[in-house]
Amino acid sequence: MGLLIDLDKCIGCGQCIEFCPFGALEMVGGKVEVREGCTLCGACLDSCAYEALIIEELEATPAADESYRGVWVFAETKDGEFSRVAYELLSEGRKLADARQSELGAVCLGHDIGAVDSLIAGGADRVCVVDSPALADFPEDLCARKLAEVILEYKPEIVLAGATALGRSFIPRVAAILGTGLTADCTGLEIDPETGLLMQTRPTFGGNLMATIICPGKRPQMSTVRPRVFKPDAPDQTRKGGVIRLDFNSEGVTSRTKLLSFVEDLAETVKLEDADVIVAGGRGLEKPENFAMLEELAGALGAAVGSSRPPVDEGWVPYPRQVGQTGKTVCPKLYIACGISGAVQHLAGMQTADVIVAINDDPAAPIFEVATYGIIGDLFKVVPMLIDRLKNG
Amino acid sequence: MNIAVCLKQVPGTTKVEIDPQTNTLVRQGIENIVNPFDTYALEEGVRLRERYGGKVTAISMGPPQAEAILRDALATGADEAVLLSDAAFAGADTWATAYTLSRAVDKLGPCDIVICGRQTIDGDTGQVGPELAEILGFTFVSYVSQVEEIDGEHMRLKRLMGERYEILEALLPAVITVVKEINTPRLPSLRGMAKAKSATIPVWGAEELEVDGNKIGLTGSATRVIKVFFPQRTQRAEILEGELPGQVDYLIDRLREANLI
Ligand SMILES: Cc1cc2nc3c(=O)[nH]c(=O)nc-3n(C[C@H](O)[C@H](O)[C@H](O)COP(=O)(O)OP(=O)(O)OC[C@H]3O[C@@H](n4cnc5c(N)ncnc54)[C@H](O)[C@@H]3O)c2cc1C
Ligand SMILES: Nc1ncnc2c1ncn2[C@@H]1O[C@H](COP(=O)(O)O)[C@@H](O)[C@H]1O
Repeated sequence: MGLLIDLDKCIGCGQCIEFCPFGALEMVGGKVEVREGCTLCGACLDSCAYEALIIEELEATPAADESYRGVWVFAETKDGEFSRVAYELLSEGRKLADARQSELGAVCLGHDIGAVDSLIAGGADRVCVVDSPALADFPEDLCARKLAEVILEYKPEIVLAGATALGRSFIPRVAAILGTGLTADCTGLEIDPETGLLMQTRPTFGGNLMATIICPGKRPQMSTVRPRVFKPDAPDQTRKGGVIRLDFNSEGVTSRTKLLSFVEDLAETVKLEDADVIVAGGRGLEKPENFAMLEELAGALGAAVGSSRPPVDEGWVPYPRQVGQTGKTVCPKLYIACGISGAVQHLAGMQTADVIVAINDDPAAPIFEVATYGIIGDLFKVVPMLIDRLKNG
Repeated sequence: MNIAVCLKQVPGTTKVEIDPQTNTLVRQGIENIVNPFDTYALEEGVRLRERYGGKVTAISMGPPQAEAILRDALATGADEAVLLSDAAFAGADTWATAYTLSRAVDKLGPCDIVICGRQTIDGDTGQVGPELAEILGFTFVSYVSQVEEIDGEHMRLKRLMGERYEILEALLPAVITVVKEINTPRLPSLRGMAKAKSATIPVWGAEELEVDGNKIGLTGSATRVIKVFFPQRTQRAEILEGELPGQVDYLIDRLREANLI
């Protein structure tokens, strides 16, 4: 098991060395050798024109349990409502379920969960609801155990969840209890027509590379997906579906954590993820005061204000405004990037916006590679002009 | 208070770029660094020891060269360090990594708190912390931005959960992941550097950890990477021309036409 070099095929061209993100390949005596840093990521395989690199497969991947059928979506709730990402996942889950000719289910846990018709209208054939006062604050440990138990009972072959703060914290525990694989932050999901396996594609390495990952031997196949990666279908109120209400026996179980209090971060007036229009500023804004100018532009457009990482690192704007790999993924109809260079980590969070406008004084800035319209110019001239035209017609 | 901090060595990704002509990674002088988020985990471990006494052990699973980040950890306040390294660990996914780390935590003896970074910058999943907690059977709290108090069996924590700050009480032992608001990591001290230089860092492999061979490395990983490729960017912006006021008018017209504003 491991990365092997076929010495008969290797001509020592060294092409693969350039491809290795980990610097784990080295030229030794005219042939390539694998060093300890190799993580078996596979980035080098396609780089070799001579097919000299092979990742040796395991002798046999144990066959997956065929009794698992159907696709499930974990429907997260916030303030008594299902999050938007639940509907996004239902629309994608519908396609996967159809490709597998199986059912699409949704599962939700909590307390005082109201009507679930919207999940059925969003594509679910069946909704499982676990509702109990003991789950009111969403104690992650109890919820993880319960969800794992329900999964073991109903055996969906695929489970999708939003890569939200909660999903990223809670779903890995469910996967660990089930002893199955979990692929984080997927941006593409597809059924391999030959094997029927879920092909999960995700950015890795800070968005520099994409990786396609499968989970061949364990069930369910689990993925988290960032909000705004998929588009929700228009609700179909005529759809029919079943609702299963499951008990939660809270006797003798207590969570190992207790929520004492919470404060909503008030800095957030318009939620970035929900905004149709976003005006974002980067290091080019130079100082915190200048964000007032962006606020003004945003006001004129009914937009939310986002930011690249440097303004957050500098403390000009709070973290919830950060867009990108380590911030939020947004997919507004319009994204106006001011003084943002367009580093891959930033692009990872906004490049699926419908229309992108870039204002930057550096013609070579990579933001122009993803933008729809580009203005090469000084943002301190362009933005006030935009505000003026918007306000005064 | 026995504290374990999990640190990973990662490539310094900011230096990785794609050459648009050849579509290959440009790796000029790429150096390995400690995962930036893990420096906050280490600092918090050291601060907790300063507050409550005890010991901080830095743990890393990785190739032999990952020893370098453990030496840095010793220089910045860790009391001990151990490297988990074995060819059999290669290709581990998050679950197999968490399992291997859990064996090390067990072997270290009674542990009160395990601290992880929020996520790595290469794998970038944030899954190892929660999976590790589940395997160890510990409490788990993510995105901790402040450890308010530790009192007997409990600790009171503040965490940043999406848009809200929560105050939680958590039972020990616990695994926590920390966000960067939690502290400002210190620089290595001269004494620390001297200590780090002469320290011997034990290396534990599959045998020392008494791992189940079916749960480590590629064998123990449920997930498989089947393809790695470069993201394609094709669209080129329409660069507006002419005088600036004209550009702004043109832009507003286009956006109005498309009903965007
Ligand atoms: C692991 C990791 C995770 C990261 N996560 C994120 C993330 O989530 N989000 C994120 O944004 N970044 C992230 N980054 C950082 C990212 O690599 C870049 O450093 C960052 O996005 C750059 O921000 P910027 O474009 O604002 O600044 P810069 O790259 O400095 O660009 C500023 C731009 O403004 C232009 N400019 C300056 N003055 C003017 C003016 N007067 N008028 C017009 N244009 C002007 C300049 O030409 C330049 O193009 C991450 C990095 C790493 C390593
Ligand atoms: N190989 C490793 N060795 C030690 N700690 C690790 C390793 N991989 C991940 N971790 C820890 O788990 C956290 C989350 O990692 P990840 O799930 O890869 O994003 C990191 O910030 C580290 O604290």
